[in-house]
Amino acid sequence: MRAPDMDAGVTAGDVLLAVENVSLRFGGVKAITDVSFDIRKGEIRAIIGPNGAGKTSMLNVINGFYHPQDGRITFKGRTRSKMRPYVAASQGIARTFQNVALFKGMTTLDNIMAGRTLKMRRGFFWQMLRHGPAMAEEIEHRKVVEEIIDFLEIEAIRKVPVGRLPYGLQKRVELGRALAMEPELLLLDEPMAGMNLEEKEDMCRFILDVNSQFGTTIALIEHDMGVVMDLSDRVVVLEYGRKIADGVPDEVKSNQAVIDAYLGVPH
Amino acid sequence: MFYREAGQFKTNYAADMAVFPILQDKIGIALILTLALVVIPLAGNAFFLSVVMIPFLIFALASIGLNLLTGYTGLLSLGTAGFMGVGAFACYKLTTIFPGVNIIVWILTSGLFAAAVGVFFGLPSLRIKGFYLAVATLAAQFFLQWCFIRIPWLYNYNVSGAIEVPTRTLFGIPVTGPNASPEMRYYVVLGIVILLTWVASNLVHGRIGRSWMAVRDMDIAAELMGIKLLPTKLLAFAVSSFYCGVAGALMVFLWYGGAEPEVFSINQSFLILFMVIIGGLGSLTGSFFGAALIYILPIVLRGAPSLVGLNIGAATVEHLTFMIVGALIIFFLIVEPHGLARLWQTGKQKLRVWPFPY
Repeated sequence: MRAPDMDAGVTAGDVLLAVENVSLRFGGVKAITDVSFDIRKGEIRAIIGPNGAGKTSMLNVINGFYHPQDGRITFKGRTRSKMRPYVAASQGIARTFQNVALFKGMTTLDNIMAGRTLKMRRGFFWQMLRHGPAMAEEIEHRKVVEEIIDFLEIEAIRKVPVGRLPYGLQKRVELGRALAMEPELLLLDEPMAGMNLEEKEDMCRFILDVNSQFGTTIALIEHDMGVVMDLSDRVVVLEYGRKIADGVPDEVKSNQAVIDAYLGVPH
Repeated sequence: MFYREAGQFKTNYAADMAVFPILQDKIGIALILTLALVVIPLAGNAFFLSVVMIPFLIFALASIGLNLLTGYTGLLSLGTAGFMGVGAFACYKLTTIFPGVNIIVWILTSGLFAAAVGVFFGLPSLRIKGFYLAVATLAAQFFLQWCFIRIPWLYNYNVSGAIEVPTRTLFGIPVTGPNASPEMRYYVVLGIVILLTWVASNLVHGRIGRSWMAVRDMDIAAELMGIKLLPTKLLAFAVSSFYCGVAGALMVFLWYGGAEPEVFSINQSFLILFMVIIGGLGSLTGSFFGAALIYILPIVLRGAPSLVGLNIGAATVEHLTFMIVGALIIFFLIVEPHGLARLWQTGKQKLRVWPFPY
């Protein structure tokens, strides 16, 4: 469905997204300072760090919501320093939020259908009629959405307004909405925050399944170290906006700078 | 017991995505349409048609217009009457410059002028929201009303400063002007309202409606999903103003038969905003409920004392009407802050499970 462009050259293991020397400031506050890392196609990449380390800002830079003052971002071989969220979304970057950002007045179904907006082509005229091509398009996308609903096991809440759902299910619907965009890079901002053990296990399973079944590259921010170490292929650690470590989970776990960042340094 | 979808299985997505998926709802809407199209014109007298039904339908249409903007897209607007005025004056200018063209064509075309003006005044909506946007649209309201008074070209240099609707015919039968029969005017208004309600329903149930609601509920998430905020909001302004413009043209041409700029004052904007809020933000059915409660209920209350044989002075009746309507508005808002449409939904849900509590 997407225009076959440069992503044809990106295969598993190649660099899908490269962040080079990115710095982001809000006035005098340095949110991110000179951070570089890459995300390879098909991997699960964790971004961790103490509170206020700049993790969410990093995601916002990647999907074009914040514009960094310095540095470059290369996604699927295309380099840019600034990007509009629309362009990021249409190139295949989807995202979930730390605090659930669902469309509260809409049903689960409509929320996930909204994720298909970019893929729907029928214009205003057909939308006014809601027959013929417009209806055919709706049905075609409804089928895809139903597959996602099956995948996430949320059939029962299909027609419930999401504002009425419990938190754990809202997180799941939000994941569904992001999946509906058929992203190549899925950014998950604390997908397990505030969940109990069972919900976390479910969410872990969904993340692993998304990664293996759809081949989606995933970048995730998470505070639960057990989850991070189990799920991710590689971990990048930020502290006060700087990168302090980058590598496979075992390396990062034994890295002295990381241990100091999390546990503090004796004086 | 009677309102239950048990046994009604949907075997395809089209049936599941229908606006009225339940059989009882389909019967209900068919009944309402029969009532509106056949029973009311046959049974209703001229007073009922021209004082109750025509204004009700026009207010409902304007409420739908504002609901698309405020209820579905979350953009608060106080410029409704201004946009209605643009429709009315555009229609007047068009039909006096080109008298040969069918008036219904001009009524619908005048909506396009209102849409263009709406888009222009909708431009600030990218940067401001909520009350601040309401103030920006208030500027539109005052500016447009100023235009209606100060630009004599708009009312063809009429000395009274008002517009007088000329007689226009459809298939040789007068539709507008003093000779038009209430039945004819009713059918024209009803036809346009049914058509535009159907279109609005199609829009809000499809991609465009979902984008509007996404912008309303969480604009940041909508933007990061690739919904462009400005075009989405401007489209909402355009469609909403189109509806208001058509409602304004209908109001002057098929209800009042003439109008002063005062008709399109801020009071009218507030009246329609109240209809939308009481009817239910984000509900097309609610727009009809709101228009009925605010427009028809006072008429019923005014007529009620003489109907039951009570002899109360006209002034007292008028005061009582204000008090009762005011109290009812507060009552309904306390019972259900989300408006009559939500009350209607709750009622239907109760009916589904009746005689059991849940």
